This record gives sequence, structure tokens and C-alpha cells, in this order.
Amino acid sequence: MGFLDTLFGRTKPVQPKLDDLFGLPSAAVQLEAAAGFKPTGSGSVSFRAPEGKPFADIQKEVLELLDMDNGKPGGGLPVEVTKDTYGYTWLVSNHLSDEIDALVTDLHAVNSALVDGGFGPQLLCTLVAFRDENQRRLSLVYLYKRGTFYPFAPLGGGNNRDNALELQVKGVLGDDLRIEQDLTRWFPVWGAPGL
Amino acid sequence: MATHTRYAPDRGLTVRMTATMFLLGLVFVVFVGLVIGIMTAAHASAAAIILVAVIFGGGSAFISLFYSDKIALAAAGAREVSPKDAPQLHGIVDRLCALADMDKPRVAIAPARMPNAFATGRNSKNSVLCVTEGLLYHSDLTQEELEGVLAHELSHVAHKDVQVMTYASLLAIVAGLLVRFAFYSEIFGGGRRGGNDGNAALLIPLIMLASAVVYAISFLLIRLLSRYRELAADRSGALLTQNPSALISALTKVSQGMNRIPTQDLRAAEPLNAFYFAPAMKLTRGGGGGGASLSALFSTHPSLEKRIEQLSKIQRELGQVGQDPRGLK
Repeated sequence: MGFLDTLFGRTKPVQPKLDDLFGLPSAAVQLEAAAGFKPTGSGSVSFRAPEGKPFADIQKEVLELLDMDNGKPGGGLPVEVTKDTYGYTWLVSNHLSDEIDALVTDLHAVNSALVDGGFGPQLLCTLVAFRDENQRRLSLVYLYKRGTFYPFAPLGGGNNRDNALELQVKGVLGDDLRIEQDLTRWFPVWGAPGL
Repeated sequence: MATHTRYAPDRGLTVRMTATMFLLGLVFVVFVGLVIGIMTAAHASAAAIILVAVIFGGGSAFISLFYSDKIALAAAGAREVSPKDAPQLHGIVDRLCALADMDKPRVAIAPARMPNAFATGRNSKNSVLCVTEGLLYHSDLTQEELEGVLAHELSHVAHKDVQVMTYASLLAIVAGLLVRFAFYSEIFGGGRRGGNDGNAALLIPLIMLASAVVYAISFLLIRLLSRYRELAADRSGALLTQNPSALISALTKVSQGMNRIPTQDLRAAEPLNAFYFAPAMKLTRGGGGGGASLSALFSTHPSLEKRIEQLSKIQRELGQVGQDPRGLK
């Protein structure tokens, strides 16, 4: 925040950075080679739905955008809309596990549609899920406002996370993705759908 | 790609805040001019009094700025909680900070029954957000309403309100000290004065009078500024959560909760008033019209009606812009 904004108590809305998302496919290759984690084909976009009617329009539009090639051979699978316990809306896009390029394209399309609609500051994060052979869960979380990724690995049923694995992934992907260096920003996304 | 924004700055609020700060600055300049004038009149004891007041006032403001988080936590008897202790609270704060792209403050819970929250600390790295047990467990706030309260407090942190208000109060602190020092020196120093400084009898009462006037004016201006900062935090909080309605209902519930609480609790909480979500000390009103407007003048927080009115405006704005998001540039 600038000096004047502080002086006047204004908050400038933070616009998201979207382009770094396209670094994901190459990162996925690296992640599989180095750590044995494969994409599950599921990815999700989380955003804050504003109160009031007009948002339903945007939501419908986003759904149409994602489902438009549905039914055609090789088309995308249906998208789910869920709301988490914190009041954020999640749009989950499901692809086959080897379709990470298509998944990222879809996620980018959702994000662009929301940004064009003026909802950019409402985007929370984008999440892409991975699994290894032991069914350990891992997701890469993209923070729009910072343009960085961080790994999130939930452990077991309770609110535990596998910090060792997360730090390992940080090391593995350091060259492929912009990893969030400030560890306090690696907030846990418990209950994220598609994890 | 046209990235237009749904956030319209509130020009009126900015203008009013500028005017208030300008007046504060003006009072400051006049006061400093006056003090220099008196000091050049070269009376040693007057100069010493002023110097001591500036050092004491500045020092205490500096200390309260640097230790504001620790002082406030200790005063409220609050303890810091880890994400394990309060996962839901941390979850909400995590997400709001990610949305607003700000550093996450420490989170603390105070054992008071009174439903309230405050945030303090000189910058975002050293700030702490504290909620009372009353707010979490006894106020039947929904999660959305709790989020509204937290977003309001995070906006205070983002706006660096502790710093702004400390700098704004600096003058009032010094002026207040000067009144006292001048008063005591008048009483105790009166006998010792000889004939060699004839104008001393005039100088010290002059300092006292000027300081008293400056204190009164800057006190009112600071309270006014505080009310504007509250409105600004309401506004930013509502825009962050996109949910002004939840903030309105949280405000209503918390204010009602304040009324039910015994007075003793309220008095204990009063020193922290300026940083609370809703004022702990409810000034009696409804008696005479004059009384109500006077209490509004001295209040650290805008009236509930004013805050709700502003949030309703944001409600309408969110609705209007959304109707044709593509049509607006």
C-alpha cells in the first residue's frame, strides 16, 4: 500500500496474476520424475462469491465455459460447484490424469472469465491435486495475488500436514515454478474439494 | 484485457479525512510557532518545561507505538493461539489475508465475556488480532458475521491505523503534559521568582492557556479522525469479504451484546476503546438532543446508524455494478 492509501485508510484491490499457471504442466513432469507424484486430473478454482443476485450470472457463465466441450469425444468432464465451510465457492474441474495441459487451460479460462467480469480481487487460490503410489495426497496451491505456488500435503484425517513432504516438493520444483518463499503464506486449505 | 475494478473509492470520506488531518497539522504548526515564540522570549524555566513535555510526550508515544501489541494483549489478558488451538479462526484469517495479499497477523483470544475484537501493532509484521471469548462463543454470530468482524480488524492493520493515530495523538499528549507541568510550576515555582524575570508571571499562564486550547481542539480532531478510520475499515472490510450484509448484522449483534454486559466489564475495557470493533463504553443517549450530539462528538466510533448507512451504500454498489459487469469500464 502506498503512503497516500495508508493516510486515507483506503485499500486498493489486488489484481491477480494468472500467467504463471502455465508453468504447471512442466512442473508436473518434474514432480513425477523426482518425487513420484502424478496429477489426479482434478483441479479447482476458489473464489469469494459476492452477495447479491448478479453473481449467479457469472457463475452460470463460468459453468457454461467449462462444460462447453462436454459430450464431444475427448471433451472435459462435468464441473462441480461446491461451497466450503468458510463460505468460498470452489469450481472443480475433473480431467483424466494425463490431461494436465487441458486442465490448466480450463483453470486459466475460469480465472480469466472471473477477472474479465471484475471479480479478480475475489479470487483466492487455484489448486491442482497430485497423488503418489502410496496414495499420499499433495496439492500445488497457486496464490493469485502473489503469483506464487506452494505445496500443501494433508496427512491423515485430522488437521495435520506433512511438512517434510512440502519442503521436499519446494526443493524439487524450485527451478520450475515460483515457489512462495514466505512460509507463513502457506496456509492450509483443509476441506478443499478435489484434494 | 480490461481489468476494471468493482471498488469505487469513497471520495467524500477521503476529503473529510484530509480536512481533519489538515486541521490537525494546522493546530500543530500554530502550536509549535507559539512555543518557539515563547522560548525566544528567553525564559529559562518556561523553555525547560516545554523541553521536558516534548521529551516525555514523544517518549511515551514512541513506547506505546513500539509495544502497542504487547501492551494491548496484556491489558486484555489475551493469549496467543496457534492454528491447532483455533483452526476455524485461523482458517478465516488465512483466507482473508490471502485475498487481501497481506501478512498474517498473530491471532489471540481474550477471556472477556463481552463480544468484541481489536487489532493493534505498528505494522503488519508486528500486529496482533485479538477476539474475545464472548465474540467466539457467546454472541451467536454466524461464521460469515465473524468473518466480517475479522475483515474490519484486518483493514485496521492494513491501514496502519495504530501508527496514524499515534502520530495524530502526539500533539495532544505533549499539550496535555504542558498544561500539567505549567500548572505545577506555577504553584511550586511561584515563590522563587525574583525581580530579574518580570515577564515570567505572564509566560507560564500563557503556555498553560495555549496548551489547554490546543489540547481541546486536537482531542476533538483526533476523535473525528478515529471515527473516519472506523468507517474506512468498515468499508474495506465489507469490500474484502464482499458481504456488507454480514458486517451489518455483526455490528448490530455486537452492539446489542455490549448493552447486556455489566458495567464493570465495560469500564475495564474502556482504555482499549479506540481499537475495538465496537465501543465498549456506551454513552447514554436519548435524554436530550444536545447530549446525544455531544457524545457523538467525543466518541471514538461512529454511531451504529452511520456505520450501517455506509454499509448499505456498499450493498447497493455491489448490486449495481454486478448487474452488468461487462458494461462498466
